[in-house]
Amino acid sequence: MPEQYEIVRKRALTPDITSISVYAPLIARKARAGQFIILRAGHDGERIPLTVSSTQGDLVTVVFQKVGDSTMTLDEIPEGGCLTDFVGPLGLPTPVDGVKRAAVVGGGLGCAIALPVAKALHDAGAQVDLIGGFRTKDIVILEEDMARACDNLYICTDDGSYGYSGFTTGKLEELLRSGEKYDRVYAIGPLVMMKFVCRLTKGYDIPTIVSMNPIMIDGTGMCGCCRVTVDGQVKFACVDGPDFDGHKIDFDETIARAATYKEFEQRRRENHKCRLEGMNNG
Amino acid sequence: MADMTPEKTKMPEQAPEVRNKNFLEVAQGYTPELAQKESQRCLGCKNPRCVEGCPVNVPIPEFIGAVQRGDMEGAYRAISRANALPAVCGRVCPQESQCEGRCVRGIRGESVGIGRLERYVADWALENGVSSDEMDPPNGHKVAVVGSGPAGLTCAGELAKKGYSVTIFEAFHVAGGVLSYGIPEFRLPKSIVEKEVANLERMGVEIRLNMVIGKIMSIDDLFESGYEAVFIGSGAGLPQFMKIPGESLVGVFSANEYLTRINLMKAYRPDNPTPIFESKKVAVLGGGNVAMDAARCAKRMGADVHIVYRRGEAELPARAEEVHHAKEEGICFDLLCNPVLIQGDEQGRVKSMKVIRMELGEPDASGRRRPVPIPGSEFEMEVDTVIVAIGTSPNPLIRSTTPGLETNSRGCITTGEDGSTSRQGVFAGGDASTGAATVILAMGAGKTAARSIDEYLKGKN
Repeated sequence: MPEQYEIVRKRALTPDITSISVYAPLIARKARAGQFIILRAGHDGERIPLTVSSTQGDLVTVVFQKVGDSTMTLDEIPEGGCLTDFVGPLGLPTPVDGVKRAAVVGGGLGCAIALPVAKALHDAGAQVDLIGGFRTKDIVILEEDMARACDNLYICTDDGSYGYSGFTTGKLEELLRSGEKYDRVYAIGPLVMMKFVCRLTKGYDIPTIVSMNPIMIDGTGMCGCCRVTVDGQVKFACVDGPDFDGHKIDFDETIARAATYKEFEQRRRENHKCRLEGMNNG
Repeated sequence: MADMTPEKTKMPEQAPEVRNKNFLEVAQGYTPELAQKESQRCLGCKNPRCVEGCPVNVPIPEFIGAVQRGDMEGAYRAISRANALPAVCGRVCPQESQCEGRCVRGIRGESVGIGRLERYVADWALENGVSSDEMDPPNGHKVAVVGSGPAGLTCAGELAKKGYSVTIFEAFHVAGGVLSYGIPEFRLPKSIVEKEVANLERMGVEIRLNMVIGKIMSIDDLFESGYEAVFIGSGAGLPQFMKIPGESLVGVFSANEYLTRINLMKAYRPDNPTPIFESKKVAVLGGGNVAMDAARCAKRMGADVHIVYRRGEAELPARAEEVHHAKEEGICFDLLCNPVLIQGDEQGRVKSMKVIRMELGEPDASGRRRPVPIPGSEFEMEVDTVIVAIGTSPNPLIRSTTPGLETNSRGCITTGEDGSTSRQGVFAGGDASTGAATVILAMGAGKTAARSIDEYLKGKN
């Protein structure tokens, strides 16, 4: 039997994006689409919040991008190695009830979270269009899984190297113009993408849910670090979200808050790279 | 014959200009000689008022008597009969309003340094590996405790002594609750908390970390998995904000966040991966112990720090000792000042705060004189960081997932004096039921609930 929090399966989806399946039976049984976990890699490790991508048996799969020091450290743990901590499921599940026709829009790494949302909608009987956007063909992830989780999959690339040429908003607008009627749109990905999806769907008056991933520490409503302004009210993404009505989110504030530790993170990232290069040279 | 020196024996401290640059403990504890000297100031009253002032009724004259005789083990056993976390209490209890506040020596001069002596004895026991040994044999009954803060640890310790099989469920990756995430290292070293927790584990208490009750399991799930009673000591939780414009700017933090980054995540250590905001000038809003802790941490991180509080010095809710320490360390107190709005730059980062001066009017419901704004007295403070330390409200995770658990209008779990709740077999205590209060009151509630759980389970079986 695997050990607690063991990485039972590890796959590099692209050079920068990794999928890990972690042995956490209680969480695997309880987690629903849209909920997240917090993990730590190492005894002094940062608490890293990641939305659950899928669950299977006793395993919880999360997908992360090596964007900084902590995610690089996480990626250094091999298959068969153990995480220090793994806690969840946190946040509220994405609401999928009563939806007959949905568009789910994922951007980059966000596709790993759009996937379970599409699947949950699909399993609940909705007809689902899934739009997955990537910068270029080489970094398209989870295409087969996404295809299975929806009725129509549209892959978009910014540079036109694969699928629809352009942003996800372009594809969504095309579908809306061609007369597609959605009860609800779900957008999961970079803040800027979600902001523009919401701007578009507002014009069509389609309720839109976005999945926020602000900076967090405890993830249980204790620190207030993850607060977002929704309809003028302060909400905590960890307990009130992470999903919110996208038409009511103050995106500009959220974008500014996401950059709180930009300089610190940049410095840590440089140091991490230096350490790695030092090891390779030495 | 007692030592009739009117003043308490001083405890060595790091000098203010040294300690405001490090996170080492400020107060360094008595030496054996100083402890002996201070113990001689106790009159050993036959009718000890100090014990009545203690929420867990530590037999104070008995333990101080043992110190006078040089019997440290006896002193420790006397304390630990009543108090599961003496090394913690000796450091963070507001003794001046409890045991020491009732001490007869305080009528003419200073009270006996009960807290200092308690700390001395507890530290001696930790160093010498002496632990509480009066345990009943296992009785086969299982109790779940939610939260490993002072209430949960105390409740678990008391029940373990009575032979119960106790499991604590802790949401964080470290046990201790507010002792770990909230109170800074320089007031309560984390190694002390770890040792107190290890003591409980030696007594057979199981601690399951990373378990957020209300998410991974509900209270009802706990009963289903074989626990016969549950104690909820889940703490205060949600931070409150001022509800003034600008509170979501970059550079505005709740004290919970700021302190958690520093204390739990060790962000004060230079090579730590958890970030901490690099502040030059900080305004801490509030006047309680948490505000003092946040201010003193920010000072140690190298910032110029101001406490901004809407009432006057006499109304500061923090312990006098904390205020004194903060002032010594160079923290400015802008009293009778209330923030009106926080202003940001074009990147959404804090650049200043508008503040209005206040004066004290008639007493309000709390008995303190109500602060009233002075029209036209607004001024601007240039700050890059604002830490909001004006209190918390209870976490909703448990009340929203436990049908039939009554809470009051503030969201606190309603309990009887015995710690019982509206749900059979469910008990609660600490900040989860009272709202933000002190470590020792939470411990008192944990102890009371343990007694009630024992009675409840004995009656049931």
